[in-house]
Amino acid sequence: MSHKVIVPIGPYHPLQEEPEFFRLYVEGEKVVDIDIVIGYMHRGIEELSEHKHFDQVAFLVERICGICSSSHPYAFVLAVEDILGGERNVVPERALYIRTIVDEMQRIHSHLLWLGLAGHFIGYNTVWMWAWKYREPLLECFEAICGNRNHYAMSKIGGVRRDIGEAHIPVLEKTLDELSRASDMFKGAVMDDPVIQARLKGVGVLTHKQAIDWGTVGPTARASGVNIDVRRDDPYGVYDRVSWNVILQKEGDVFAKTIVRILELYESISIIRQCLKKMPAGAIDADIKDIPAGEGIGRVEAPRGECFHYIRSDGTNRPLRHKIRAPSYMNVASNKVAAIGQTISDTTITLAAVDPCYCCTERVAVLDKVNDKKIMNGWDLIKLSQGKTKQVRESLSAKPE
Amino acid sequence: MQETVAKFREKFSNQVIKSQEKSTRRQYIEFLPPDIPEAARFLFKDLNCRFATASGIDTPEGIEILYHFSDDHTGEVISLRTILTDKKDPQIHSIATIFPAAEWIEREIWELLGVKFIGHPNLKHLLLIDDWPEGKHPLRKKE
Amino acid sequence: MNLTSKALTKSIGVFHAACSPCNNCDIEILDALTPKHDLERFGITLVGSARHADVLLVTGVPNYKTAERLKKLYLQTAKPCLVVAVGGCACGRIMFRDSYNSPCAVDEIVPVDLYIPGCPPKPEALIAGVVKLLAKLRGK
Repeated sequence: MSHKVIVPIGPYHPLQEEPEFFRLYVEGEKVVDIDIVIGYMHRGIEELSEHKHFDQVAFLVERICGICSSSHPYAFVLAVEDILGGERNVVPERALYIRTIVDEMQRIHSHLLWLGLAGHFIGYNTVWMWAWKYREPLLECFEAICGNRNHYAMSKIGGVRRDIGEAHIPVLEKTLDELSRASDMFKGAVMDDPVIQARLKGVGVLTHKQAIDWGTVGPTARASGVNIDVRRDDPYGVYDRVSWNVILQKEGDVFAKTIVRILELYESISIIRQCLKKMPAGAIDADIKDIPAGEGIGRVEAPRGECFHYIRSDGTNRPLRHKIRAPSYMNVASNKVAAIGQTISDTTITLAAVDPCYCCTERVAVLDKVNDKKIMNGWDLIKLSQGKTKQVRESLSAKPE
Repeated sequence: MQETVAKFREKFSNQVIKSQEKSTRRQYIEFLPPDIPEAARFLFKDLNCRFATASGIDTPEGIEILYHFSDDHTGEVISLRTILTDKKDPQIHSIATIFPAAEWIEREIWELLGVKFIGHPNLKHLLLIDDWPEGKHPLRKKE
Repeated sequence: MNLTSKALTKSIGVFHAACSPCNNCDIEILDALTPKHDLERFGITLVGSARHADVLLVTGVPNYKTAERLKKLYLQTAKPCLVVAVGGCACGRIMFRDSYNSPCAVDEIVPVDLYIPGCPPKPEALIAGVVKLLAKLRGK
């Protein structure tokens, strides 16, 4: 029996009853094809950028995504600094360290956020509450250092806007200690839990070749064994002055993606600690006044992968063209292959595993093609996913020792 | 560091119009539109470069498209530049048939700049509503 | 205050409707539910369908795809349903007001009862906003 099934996901903000982000085509329980419809978040930012002066653009692009809100401005200023001769030639030392620290703090908060959501999708609400609880002290550090819990407004062309004060450092270090303990807890909870393994292993597999053909980036690619990380390949900030590891897995399933993110938490904590030790005193801003004509490319490793900005300038104070490519643009498209072959109850976690910009997880629809009647909404789909965990748990505990 | 670019330039020495190293690890190489698919295929399949994205821009000379590839071994970005001089009906062969990574961005450039990608498997609206007025391309410069 | 409104203030079903947000407001709304702020102790819960909602929390800038749907969503809610615009984008579109893809602001699509500005508004601001809303209801 073949029927078209569309499932709306997202109790957080299911927009309406006809969400159409992902249309799943199902035969029986298995997904056989998927149509991805986007555009709900499109606000015309590239065009708006052409009407703002360079200083304003950093504030504009910050609001592309609230979770990667340091990555986009950083990639943008790197693109402009590329026109000026490169970050290392323009930006003072201390600012490089501050940029790196803020970027890694962002990675930690983003991965914890994802962990919480993933936990919720498979029915581990405690994981959700704990992951988000541990985000709070980090957000407070952001507020102390940057002035805001989210939308940090730290990157500017030629440096950073605010310094990390002496008083902030012990608070940040204490928060890192707590996060380190929390990471141990999550690692244990995820890697040792047979139910989680049963739910996530072998689910949503993206093969190595598929990851390359679809141009995936970030943890999505690294979980499939694709060894790429902009921080190492095209270094910026001070990533080539501190020691850290690129985390790779090879299975390409949701479990692998989870492991990559959890292990990256440790690397981020280590990078921040090293930066705090090595950071020199000094200026934080080169006070750039004019941007000459030219073109530049800036890219950073956002929590989701490579964030790519291209700027063309004609010597005026506004960009002639600003091209923005967020990592999710490549990763979400790869669901065209990764979601195939999954059961409906595994769909939520498969689609969420690429860590799409959170607002994009919201719309999947399931409808019965034969009767053209909607049979499930997002609330139901998440319940289905959570229900499967319950079944798995029961069947595992029923097994004889 | 320059090995990838050297191999590439060697293979396409007749087709390269202009080649610029604008800064460390940023190369811009210009081709005529019909040569782009072959150059893209070589970068992707033979030199194992990753397709990062493409950017279109409305210039007085025509619609310029830049195809940005990343050589992750050296950290270089190699951008293939081409200019479609017929602004009324700009067309170029799609590279989405070579790798699916280009599918979405070609749809986006089509709807925002009006470039037709010949042979694209699914050229329909990506970001804008389906009944967006025809001929109205938001990224075209105002006259 | 009539019985409906009185009942409303004790147990509020909130439906989160996102137009085109950057997500920060959405995350702060969720943050308000997590242990540190814990909105649920005020009797506020998220509901999965607009038909069960007493309050519609709107975030983001309406674009052509979402504006129509926001209107439909509002029409589906059982009245009285209060609309809260959360965040600068929902209050007045801020830097997106000249966007080619945004036809109008939220309050030109649905009537807004409460504006909570901020980019994003902190959970404390959300709670303060909710308290004001409840006070307004009780005062009726």
